[in-house]
Amino acid sequence: MSGGFRLAAGGRIDRSRPLRFTFDGRSFRGFAGDTLASALIAEGVHLVGRSFKYHRPRGIVSAGADEPNALVGVGADEAHYTPNLRATQVELHDGLVAESQNRWPSLSFDVGAVNDLAAPLLPAGFYYKTFMWPQRAWTSFYEPKIRAAAGLGRAPGAADADRYTQHFAHCEVLVIGSGPAGLAAALAAAETGVRVILCDEQPEFGGSLLAEREAVIDGLPAADWAAAAVAELETRDNVTLLTRTTAFGYFPHNLIGLAERVTDHLGVRDPRLPRERLWQVRAAEVVIAAGAIERPIVFPENDRPGVMLADAARTYSNRYAAKPGERAVVFTAGDAGYRAALDLAAAGVTIAAIADLRPAATGALPARARAAGIDVRTATTVTGTRGRLRVSQAHLAAIKPDGSVGAAEAVPCDLVLMAGGATPSVHLFSQSRGKLGWNEALKAYVPESSVERERSAGACRGVYELGAVLADGYDKGSAAAKAAGATTAAASRSFAAKALDAGSDGFIGAAPHGRNPAFAKAFVDWQNDVTAKDIKLATREGFRSIEHIKRYTTTGMATDQGKTSNMNALGIVSDALKTPVTAIGLTTFRMPYTPTTFGIFAGHSRGALFDPVRTTPIHGWAAEQGAAFEDVSLWKRAHYFPHAGEDMHAAVARECLAVRRSVGIFDASTLGKIEVVGPDAAEFMNRMYTNAWAKLGVGRLRYGVMLREDGFVTDDGVVGRLAEDRFHVTTTTGGAPRVLQMMEDYLQTEWPDLDVWLTSTTEQWAVIAVQGPNARKVLEPLVEGIDLSPAALPHMSAATGTICGVPTRLFRVSFTGELGFEVNVPADLGRVVWEAIFAAGAPYGITPYGTETMHVLRAEKGYIIVGQETDGTATPDDVGLGWAVGKAKKDFVGKRSLARASMSAPGRKQLVGLLTQDPQVVLEEGAQIVADPAAPVPMPMVGHVTSSYASAVVGRSIALAMVKGGRARIGETLYVPMPGGTIPVTVTEPVFYDPKGERLDG
Amino acid sequence: MLIITCPHCGPRPELEFRYGGEAHIARPADPSTLTDEEWGAFLYQRANPRGLHAERWRHVAGCGRFFNALRDTQSDFFAATYPAGTPRPDTDASGVKESGR
Amino acid sequence: MADLSASRASAVASHVAAAPKVAVADLGALPPRTRFVFRGREAAITAAGPAFGVALPREACRFAEAGDRRVLWLGPDEWLLTAPEGAGAAIVADLAAALAGLPHSLVDVSHRSLGIAVSGAMAARVINNGCPLDLGLEAFPVGMATRTVFGKAEIVLVRTAEMRFEIDVWRSFADYVWRFLEEARREFA
Repeated sequence: MSGGFRLAAGGRIDRSRPLRFTFDGRSFRGFAGDTLASALIAEGVHLVGRSFKYHRPRGIVSAGADEPNALVGVGADEAHYTPNLRATQVELHDGLVAESQNRWPSLSFDVGAVNDLAAPLLPAGFYYKTFMWPQRAWTSFYEPKIRAAAGLGRAPGAADADRYTQHFAHCEVLVIGSGPAGLAAALAAAETGVRVILCDEQPEFGGSLLAEREAVIDGLPAADWAAAAVAELETRDNVTLLTRTTAFGYFPHNLIGLAERVTDHLGVRDPRLPRERLWQVRAAEVVIAAGAIERPIVFPENDRPGVMLADAARTYSNRYAAKPGERAVVFTAGDAGYRAALDLAAAGVTIAAIADLRPAATGALPARARAAGIDVRTATTVTGTRGRLRVSQAHLAAIKPDGSVGAAEAVPCDLVLMAGGATPSVHLFSQSRGKLGWNEALKAYVPESSVERERSAGACRGVYELGAVLADGYDKGSAAAKAAGATTAAASRSFAAKALDAGSDGFIGAAPHGRNPAFAKAFVDWQNDVTAKDIKLATREGFRSIEHIKRYTTTGMATDQGKTSNMNALGIVSDALKTPVTAIGLTTFRMPYTPTTFGIFAGHSRGALFDPVRTTPIHGWAAEQGAAFEDVSLWKRAHYFPHAGEDMHAAVARECLAVRRSVGIFDASTLGKIEVVGPDAAEFMNRMYTNAWAKLGVGRLRYGVMLREDGFVTDDGVVGRLAEDRFHVTTTTGGAPRVLQMMEDYLQTEWPDLDVWLTSTTEQWAVIAVQGPNARKVLEPLVEGIDLSPAALPHMSAATGTICGVPTRLFRVSFTGELGFEVNVPADLGRVVWEAIFAAGAPYGITPYGTETMHVLRAEKGYIIVGQETDGTATPDDVGLGWAVGKAKKDFVGKRSLARASMSAPGRKQLVGLLTQDPQVVLEEGAQIVADPAAPVPMPMVGHVTSSYASAVVGRSIALAMVKGGRARIGETLYVPMPGGTIPVTVTEPVFYDPKGERLDG
Repeated sequence: MLIITCPHCGPRPELEFRYGGEAHIARPADPSTLTDEEWGAFLYQRANPRGLHAERWRHVAGCGRFFNALRDTQSDFFAATYPAGTPRPDTDASGVKESGR
Repeated sequence: MADLSASRASAVASHVAAAPKVAVADLGALPPRTRFVFRGREAAITAAGPAFGVALPREACRFAEAGDRRVLWLGPDEWLLTAPEGAGAAIVADLAAALAGLPHSLVDVSHRSLGIAVSGAMAARVINNGCPLDLGLEAFPVGMATRTVFGKAEIVLVRTAEMRFEIDVWRSFADYVWRFLEEARREFA
């Protein structure tokens, strides 16, 4: 039957560009301009999926974003595979590979369809009712089984090979939707000269105009008028036109998320182009012209393939030249069904009958249908259908004046069209938190009052007649431009429109059918397999809130978010509870409007651009030396420098011994640096740090401790006083932004009177630490203007001068316990100076070392690392830094909190050392410590291990720990229970090497 | 993403700002005179109102200045922004129109 | 001992060498500059201009230029002073003389950041891939300079011509920013 349903002429497909594609492995043909759905229909294929719960055969219902059934997976390989795309929105390209979902082993024979026979066992809420007992079976049995059986589509099996980009854009007027209202709005706004963005989810602008057969605007066929309008917009450079672009989310302050599909429609992709582009549009004013969605009618067996929306059938026939069937029954609640019948009849479809729910049909369209000889039956309902993989009969019955339903007559057909009336697309308006109001005449919710700066135009606010829609759109576009500050007004303009007006009649709820409701499956929500019966059951079980009914029955959930089902569900609830629709409420319209890829949200942020990778000026050298790197906040730091055949343990042991015995070189550039400058610099430092600064001499360094106002240690670092009014403050690597933020906060908001200013200099300086007994000998030949002798430059002092001709701030400071220097040089010169020092150190076997060795060396000395020994609940005294608190100071940040009794309670966790009884055992960092390993579980825990290493110089394992009342426990044995057994440890002082500090002087 | 009007730089996207908690909670001039309860209230007690909230923001990726804002916590619209150190403007909720209608 | 002070190494040197030529969105590294952050009270602000040779702009988010020197307003009491490389010592001396006794802060940040120029018809579009500001000429005119964000990095963005922007970015974020710009302009290559 290949091509059997393609009309010989007409439509907007390009017959000169035939395309091949496959669906479930079968090859088909279509044309450029087709969607996957229209091409399948032209090939006579309606069966495209199996339903979610009952695995019933399902066909194409709609021609757009509202499609609940025709969800397909698209992609020739896993790296380009996307599940859950609506076939109605997938543009055909040559070589397209698509597959149906939710079926096994095949679409026409699906084992899961047994669920359909078991339907009486699967009522609304059956998950909650059935899988209750035994409780343990939920995680081990029920959940995995349900997860395997449920779900729509499958996740791709390979990483996404495509690129996605993101783009911020600004405009005065954003017009969403390019049907008659949107085009008119864009024309008006564009004319004022303000920046206009017009977007539409379809590949072509024009919306409903593209599917009109008879409509004429300003003397042009509707589609030609649309093309002319687009041509006019294209000539203006203040207009950005975006096709294939879905406005999926309305965010606060008029930020609209647009998803542009850039390459999916191209068979051969341009590698320069992203697959999709996220537009984050900030619009001064928004015109929503989202149109309306046709409602299906809820009647028994309304889900067979071949049952579709009337306007969709009209679109397939008029726009895609794809005949949706040979013989149609139209089930309508308004004139729209007649319009579809006339259009299809013109395309050669036999209209078997029109069943009109209304008692009378008197308009122009019914008159034309009758004149065309169509069997029009008013006060008629459809009580059911027959057919296995395609509808073959519709059962029509009269609705008697008393509301009862007469005997049904079987009408053979292969197509049943549903025209339940229009539902305005208020999704974006609702997302903008605008308030909806019920319009009884339209039987629809329409925008009532706005919150954001937006306005709705056309069918999305219940204006349906073409001339009125155009006028409304133009008016709204003009008003939006004016509100956005346009200095010129749009000229007044009217549109002469001639079209078949289908009015606004409609029906919500479930159509009468007179059958035993227990055995009639009248679907409300196709995608979630929710029937009228399920919704009524929910109301019988006591559910009243529509939000609860939604969750209990799952109606309106999943990918289509109730586009076709919401209003009918409301109608059924209203009917069941004998309560007006307005009293039931409406479920929230959630973003995204249609499913949106994860890729577009990730955007650039993947691979090398996932996060900034900060590297130091010396990074390249370390990489060339084969260093292993570790992540420290956003920085890459050299972790260790393995020689051939060395693991980390061996490399670190070698590096440690080299520093202890001769000299090592370490890249400390990532240390945060803040220059504190001004006459009040010392006063500011006094207030921010626990230490006393006033008496620190120029040229001297001091180790500073910073608390939060709650009294707990938040950062530490060495501070140098370079002048009376200038401090060079260092912070931890990870703490730099936080410390600066905190300092700025106090300075700007608490003490704005202080004459002091803060400047981040983290990146100004490369910092080269040279540590070890031979450090002075390495540096001495390289410096000028600096006397490195112990007398001139004692421990904790600073000098300025040059090194290798490069200006330097040279600090004598040690985080290793050895004689040490930190050479600060301007960053762009960091590497050349590093290399010069490294060369000068060769005679001493100078050894580059990484952060792991730095950690071991400082742990051997009991120096803490903020964030490792401290966890945000440690006071200075807890970690042995009580000496750094200026007792005589009247105030500093955190001082008042330290005065609370609990902050000096004897049972607080305190920093101690731990030595395992077996010197080879290295404790696990984070392990808990107990006093009595025989205590019943859960054992009282007295502390935890914070740092633990194998120390080469000590010749055994060492550990630091925070232990309750730890300093009073020195000498005691405690226990570290681990999965492999309990490890006894001895509590010690937290200094394992050179406790007297004699090595600082080399 | 909100639009926040920096008192110095004008309306800018929220991405450039950092939230700073409730405004107008001044650090006591001499914390040592406070009882533990008073100090605890200064550290931790916050109003968290439904409606207009005076709060601190910092235009961290802009001029770097801290400033205060009156934001309606229900609608996310700002009634006013004003420099740090200046008093809360006398604006009621009906003035919350800046970014919406 | 060799004098290495002239061996300044750019953090984006390897990218510059490999960058393709894209006329509508060209990328280039700017020559190294001398940079100072100047902060101060009113008297110092007024006095700093003549000493530096460019009056400090008082309008928010604007820069001023004279000769080869430029001053960017970054905050109500914060300016970035830039000058050709090598001018640092003279600037420190001139300002110290002019501002003696006036509370202020002058900090050398010459090596903290580097400059990237983005130019061409698509320059604004490319920058808007990561920068949320309205880069229309009305909202972001020539002569504007401001700190802002670009992706996950903070930058200073300067518009020197309708189709030319300069980005000043901290050294360690420069690799990220450059790669991001390359990715953003790929479709215009």
